[in-house]
Amino acid sequence: MATLDKKLDRRSFLKVSALAGGGMVLSFSWLAGCKPTEEEMIGLPKEWFELNSYIKIGENGAVTLYSPNPEFGSNVKTSMPMILAEELDTDWKNVFVEQADFFPQRFDRQFTGGSQGIRQGWTPLRTAGATARALLVAAAAQTWNVLASEITTAAGKLEHKASGKKAHYGEMASLAATLEVPEEVPLKEIKSFKIIGTSKRNVDGEKIVTGKPLFAIDHKVEGMKYAALVMPPAFGMRLKSFDKSSVTGMSGIMDVFPISLFKEDYARNFFDTTTFPEVVAIVGNSTWEVMQAKKNLNVEWEKAPESSFTLAGRGGGTSTATIPSGLENTLSHKARMAEYIQKPGNVVRRDGDPEGAFKKAAKVLERTYTAPFLAHNTMEPMNCFADVKGDKAVVYGPTQAPEFIMGTLVQALGIPRENIQINLARMGGGFGRRAYSHHMVEAALISQKIQAPVKLVYTREDDMSAGVYRPTYSATYRAALDENNNLLAFHVKAGGIPETPLHANRFPAGAIDNYLAEAWDIPSNITIGAFRAPRSNFIAGAEQSFLDELAEEMGKDPIEFRLELLKRAETNPVGENNDYDAKRYAGVLELVREKSNWNTPQANVSRGVSAYFCHNSYVAEVVDTVIKDNQPVVESVYAAVDCGIVINPDAARNMGEGAVVDGIGNAFFGELTFDNGAPSKRNFDKYRMIRIGEAPKKIEVHFVENNEDPTGLGEPLFPPVFAAVANSLYKATGKRYYEQPFAPQLEMQNLRM
Amino acid sequence: MAIFNLNINGKSMQVDVDPATPVLWVLRDHLDLVGTKYGCGVAACGACTIHLDGNAVRSCVMPVSSVGGSKITTIEGLSENGDHPVQKAWLEHDVPQCGYCQAGQIMSASALLSNNPNPSEEDIDNAMNGNICRCGTYLRIKAAVKTAAQNL
Repeated sequence: MATLDKKLDRRSFLKVSALAGGGMVLSFSWLAGCKPTEEEMIGLPKEWFELNSYIKIGENGAVTLYSPNPEFGSNVKTSMPMILAEELDTDWKNVFVEQADFFPQRFDRQFTGGSQGIRQGWTPLRTAGATARALLVAAAAQTWNVLASEITTAAGKLEHKASGKKAHYGEMASLAATLEVPEEVPLKEIKSFKIIGTSKRNVDGEKIVTGKPLFAIDHKVEGMKYAALVMPPAFGMRLKSFDKSSVTGMSGIMDVFPISLFKEDYARNFFDTTTFPEVVAIVGNSTWEVMQAKKNLNVEWEKAPESSFTLAGRGGGTSTATIPSGLENTLSHKARMAEYIQKPGNVVRRDGDPEGAFKKAAKVLERTYTAPFLAHNTMEPMNCFADVKGDKAVVYGPTQAPEFIMGTLVQALGIPRENIQINLARMGGGFGRRAYSHHMVEAALISQKIQAPVKLVYTREDDMSAGVYRPTYSATYRAALDENNNLLAFHVKAGGIPETPLHANRFPAGAIDNYLAEAWDIPSNITIGAFRAPRSNFIAGAEQSFLDELAEEMGKDPIEFRLELLKRAETNPVGENNDYDAKRYAGVLELVREKSNWNTPQANVSRGVSAYFCHNSYVAEVVDTVIKDNQPVVESVYAAVDCGIVINPDAARNMGEGAVVDGIGNAFFGELTFDNGAPSKRNFDKYRMIRIGEAPKKIEVHFVENNEDPTGLGEPLFPPVFAAVANSLYKATGKRYYEQPFAPQLEMQNLRM
Repeated sequence: MAIFNLNINGKSMQVDVDPATPVLWVLRDHLDLVGTKYGCGVAACGACTIHLDGNAVRSCVMPVSSVGGSKITTIEGLSENGDHPVQKAWLEHDVPQCGYCQAGQIMSASALLSNNPNPSEEDIDNAMNGNICRCGTYLRIKAAVKTAAQNL
C-alpha cells in the first residue's frame, strides 16, 4: 500500500471536531448568527461520532460525509464524498452526504472553479477517508486486543480473521473518535478501488425532481423581507440621485436606499469584480412588489469619470487599477481590435528565428478569428439570503468562492470575520460567474440596514446586464510554408477587450522550430470574469480552426498533421516551458480517431476535428454535421478525454455532454453586443440559447483509461467544440468560419438557423 | 390587493395579493411552493412551467387573477411520492447537473406525455423547446422522456 504523511495537526483536528455538531444542525443553529456554545454541543445527538472534519459515523454504522466544495452542477457533491467513502472503505449505501458550510479551519480549498475540485481534493479527501478508517481499525485492535495490521475492512465492516471477530464501523466509532490520529496512513492501491470508477447517481437527484428547496433563491425564514436592486443602465454610468417618494407609496414597499460595496481604503482582491459598486436597493414584502417598484423608481444617472481603485496583489503588495470612462460600442470595439492586429504586440514567446523564416517563406497563410462578449446566463439568477443583526451576520447564497468574498463582507459590513458565517447553497449554474459574489455583499448590506433577514433577487435583466462577462477576443495566426509546403514558422498574435486569450507555452509551441507569440489588450469599463475555461474557450477555437486550414493547405489529414506536430513536441521539444504532455495529447486524438471511425467517412456527413489541452486535461472531439432541409444540423459528437482516473463515470459523461452542448450553442448563437455602454440583450427573448432541438442526436464521451491522478473535467470539453464545429461546417458548406457566432454567417449563405 | 381561492395540487388555498401578481410569485413567496423556478419573467426559458388543467403553462406571465377555478399542478404535486414515471425516468438517466431548470423540464415533459403518450422525436423537441437547460442536459432529457413514455 502507498503511504502518505499526515499533515493534519492533531490539536486543530480536535478543536474542529469539538465545534462540529455536523451538517444541517450546525448550519441552522448558525443561521441564528452565533456559533454553538459548549452547552449546546452537549445536547447534540450522541449517536454521531466525528472522526474528522469530513466524516462522522453513527452507532448503527451510518456515515455522514461532508462535501466541502460549493456545488454548481459539476456534481462534486457526489464525487468528492465518493473519494472519502472509497478510502474509508464503507458501503456507499450507508452514506448520507451533507453540504459543508464555509469553514476554512475544517476544510481545504472550498472553491469551485478552474476544474480543480477533484484534482486538488484528491489527496486531502483520500487522506481524510483513510485516516478515519485507520482510527476504526485502531479501535477494533484495542477492543479485541489484536494487532491492527491483522484487521481487514470491507464495505463498512471490520474483521479479524484469525479470531473470527467482526464488527461494523458503528460499533467502533465512539472509541475511534477518541484515539490519536496516526502519523501516517495507508492509501488504497488503485486496483482495489470499489467505489471510485463506478457510477453513482446524483445525491440530490430526488430533491431536484420533486422540487424541494435546494437553492438560496428558495430560502425563507420568518420575518424575511424581499429586495431588488436598481442598477445603472449602462457601463460607464453611475448613480447621481433618486427620488425615494416615487415608490414609497407603492404596495408592499418598505424602504429605498443606496448601498456601496467598497469602503474608501479597501484593497480589492482578484475576485472583487463588480460592475456597479453603488446601486439602489428596494426592500418590500414580496419579490413581485419590489420588482414593480424597480420599474417605477425615478433615478438620475450620470456618466462616470475615469476612476481608480487599489488592488491587492496575490503575493502581498498593492497596485492601482483604472476604470476608463466612456460609453462603449461593439462597432468601435471591432474597429479598435482591427487596429491592434496591425500593431506589434508584447512578445510572450519566441523560439528560433520566426521573422527570418517568414522572410524566406514561399507562402504565408494568415487568418484572423474573433469572438464576442458572452454572458454566463446561469439559470438561477444572482440572489442571496442574508441576516445581519448587530455585529453578527449569516449569509446564505450561491457562490463558487466563499473565501474571496469573506474579506469583502468584512470591510463592507464592518463586522469581524469570525462573526460572519457563509453557508453554501446549491447553485443553479455557475460557469465562473459566481466566483464573483457581490450579490452576497449587496444582500448583507441591505439586511444590515434594515436589521432583518432579507432575500435579494436579481431580475434576469439585472443578471444579464450586470457584467463580469467572457471578454471579446481576436487572434491572428500566420504560418510560413516553403515551396514544398513544409512548415517553416508559426506566429500567433492575440488580444482582447480587456485581456489577451493567449497562453504562451501551449501547443503548438514546442512543436515548431520558429515560433512567435504576441499578446495585446485594450482597456475597457465593461467588466469581465472567468467563463467556463477562460481564454481557452476562445483561443482553442481559433488555433484549432487555423491548424485545420493549415493541414489542408499542406495536403495533410488534420488528425495526422496534429499527431506529427505532437510527435515532434514529444521526441525533440522546442523550448523548455511547454505546458502539456505531448504523448497524452496525442493519445486523445488517437482515441477519437478510433471511436469516430475517422478513417471511414460516411456519405453526406461533414466531419471536423479539434483537440485542446487545458485545466490539466486533454480532449479531442469530432463533430459530424449534415445539411437537412437547408439547415446545418450537428448530428453526432465524439469526445475523447484524458483526465486521469474518472471518479464517477456516468456523471462525468453527463458533464462532458453538457460542455459539448454548451460549446455548440455558443459557437452558433452566443453573443452580447453593446450600444452606448448598454448590453443590447437583457433577457432570453433576445439572447439566443441553444434549445433541445438544436442539440446533437448523439454525444459519445470516451475516457482514456489510465492511473494518472484525476484532473479537470468541467471545462476541458468546452473549448475544442468551437473549432470542431467550424471545421465540420467548412466541410458542409465550403466556407471557413472566422467570426463567432456562426449563425449570422450561415444565414447569409441562405441556410436556416 | 384581493383575495383569490386557488386549487393547487388538489388543495384549496387562499392568498391576498395584488391581482397582477404572476402565479409564479404567488407560489414561491406566498405559498412556499418553491419548486417552480424564476428564470426570466418573460416566458422565454420555461423554468416556471406548471400545469393549468393539465396543460403546461409559464407561470411567470400568468396573473393570479386569470386562474379562476382552473386546477394548478406544480412539481410538488406532480405525484404523491415523487414517483411519477417522468420523475423516475429523470432519476434513472441521472439527468440533472445544476438542477435548477429541471422542475420546469419535468412539468413540460409530463404535460406532453399526458396528451401524447407516444411522442415522436419531433414532438419531444417541439414540446420541450421552451425549456432552456444552461447545463446542456438535453440528450438525457430526451432519453428520459422516451423512457417515461414506455413506463406510463
